[in-house]
Amino acid sequence: MSADKIDINHLAKLARINLTEQEKERFAAQLGDVLNYIAELKEVDVTGIEPTAHASPVYNVWAEDIAKPGLSVTEALQNAPAQRDNMIVVPKVVE
Amino acid sequence: MNDYEVVIGLEVHVQVKANSKMFTRVKTGFGHPENTLTDPVVLALPGVLPVMNHAALDAIIKSGLLLSCDIAPYCKWDRKNYFYPDSPKNYQITQYDKPICLRGNVEIELPGSARNVMGEHKLIPLTRIHLEEDVGKLNHAAFDSLIDYNRAGTPLMEIVTDPAMQSADEAFAFLTALKTVMVYGGISDCDMEKGQMRCDANISIRPKGQEQLGTKVELKNLNSISYVRDGISHEILRQLSLVKSGGKIVQETRDYDGQTGTSQSLRTKEDAHDYRYFPDPDLMPVKVDEAWKARLKAECPEMPFDKQRRFMKEYDIPYTITSVLIPDKSLSDYFEATAKLCGQAHAAGNWIANDLLREIGKSGESIDQCKIKPNHLAALIKLITAGTISTTAAREVFSEMASTGELPEKIVERKGLTASASSDDLETWCKDSIASDPKALAEFKAGKDSAINAFKGPVMKAAKGKANPKLVDETLRRLLAL
Repeated sequence: MSADKIDINHLAKLARINLTEQEKERFAAQLGDVLNYIAELKEVDVTGIEPTAHASPVYNVWAEDIAKPGLSVTEALQNAPAQRDNMIVVPKVVE
Repeated sequence: MNDYEVVIGLEVHVQVKANSKMFTRVKTGFGHPENTLTDPVVLALPGVLPVMNHAALDAIIKSGLLLSCDIAPYCKWDRKNYFYPDSPKNYQITQYDKPICLRGNVEIELPGSARNVMGEHKLIPLTRIHLEEDVGKLNHAAFDSLIDYNRAGTPLMEIVTDPAMQSADEAFAFLTALKTVMVYGGISDCDMEKGQMRCDANISIRPKGQEQLGTKVELKNLNSISYVRDGISHEILRQLSLVKSGGKIVQETRDYDGQTGTSQSLRTKEDAHDYRYFPDPDLMPVKVDEAWKARLKAECPEMPFDKQRRFMKEYDIPYTITSVLIPDKSLSDYFEATAKLCGQAHAAGNWIANDLLREIGKSGESIDQCKIKPNHLAALIKLITAGTISTTAAREVFSEMASTGELPEKIVERKGLTASASSDDLETWCKDSIASDPKALAEFKAGKDSAINAFKGPVMKAAKGKANPKLVDETLRRLLAL
């Protein structure tokens, strides 16, 4: 996929950001470059190489299930633009 | 209606019973004051990193082993991206193309022809089970919504079935069976009222004989096992009547309201989400080796239906009793312990299914809290069989045990409940009883053996419950044979 294949309006909608016409052009070009780079990587022959989600061969990094204290309500809500009844207020959403 | 068949697939979310969250160690829980179970990871504050909960991984692998799934030797984590205030990160960590458990099945039992008849058993195939994190809870007010993040990040399994069920009854039986397995395995309590188990159903209909699946409708918010059954029944009827009247089913998500028994469209396929899944770079993949699986396999309990079949075979107790005992693992273990101690499974089953359940129902205690332990009940049953106490006296001892936790022998002694009526008295009472019931006497003489029971009541009454039932029977028979 190259720059002209990018549906910048759809991407902007998914990211919940409003873009000006100039920004759309600029970002579509930048994202196009990224895709072109991926396309280039795709050219590499990877026959016989196992796919991986990570570069380093490290697995099973975990912690035991022992609960530790968390934040107080005051701390938890201190960045909330609006709060009521110890909860964060957001525009009404129904799904 | 008969020329269509129904196809149902379920997506069941089950919260793993864990002390801490899926990717951070703050406490999990239900019913805590709002926003008291959060930490920087839950709230997605800048710079935080997720760390897997070992116990949650154990739980899903154990679930997979219990449900005969293939456990993937390798799995990874993905980000499911969407903007919704219940998820402060704007993505949910889940497993997209590499879930831990693949395939597998759940054994279900359909309703029998009567309460005392075992219904048909079926295996419902599973597609997959994966692990993810739960989201926060939104409370809708008149003009805005309020968020409580206590639930956010709780370890959550998503269990997906094949489109393999054909009725609301099957879906109901599936959830009941799944819940029992989860509770047996100590994986989740599956209390739907607490949101520990939640269910979405994909429902479609197709003309009989057609291989291709019909257009599916996803039904959401089925908040209790009964609502699942009602909601699915409602949706099947909606689809059938729509097709019959020449309408077309559209692929959509509908919200079922159990209170009113109605559903309404939430969104259609056109506004389906685009989640842009990609591997989570913050989390390392998981490798499951044979040793890990073997450790969990050793912790797996006997499966509920296997236990039920064994009880019926080994202890020869009726289906009705087993269907009371089996759904509750503690109760079925209690039964087995009692049956082994007294060697009388029938009596043990009856006492537990009737008296013991009534007793704990009354006190609101759990079976583990009940003061009557298997050794108490077994001793009581032995006392009855030996003829030391009458059944009437046994009930009194039972109530006394429930409140004091004393052994039955002690109570019998303390209250003087031994069936101790003298043989002279007994002989007189028996004679009186026979004389006072000529009808039963005639029946007995005519060969109806059970007519003898009619004489026992008055004898017991005269003896104030203290007559030895065995001796009463023997005396009556001797007198009747004269």
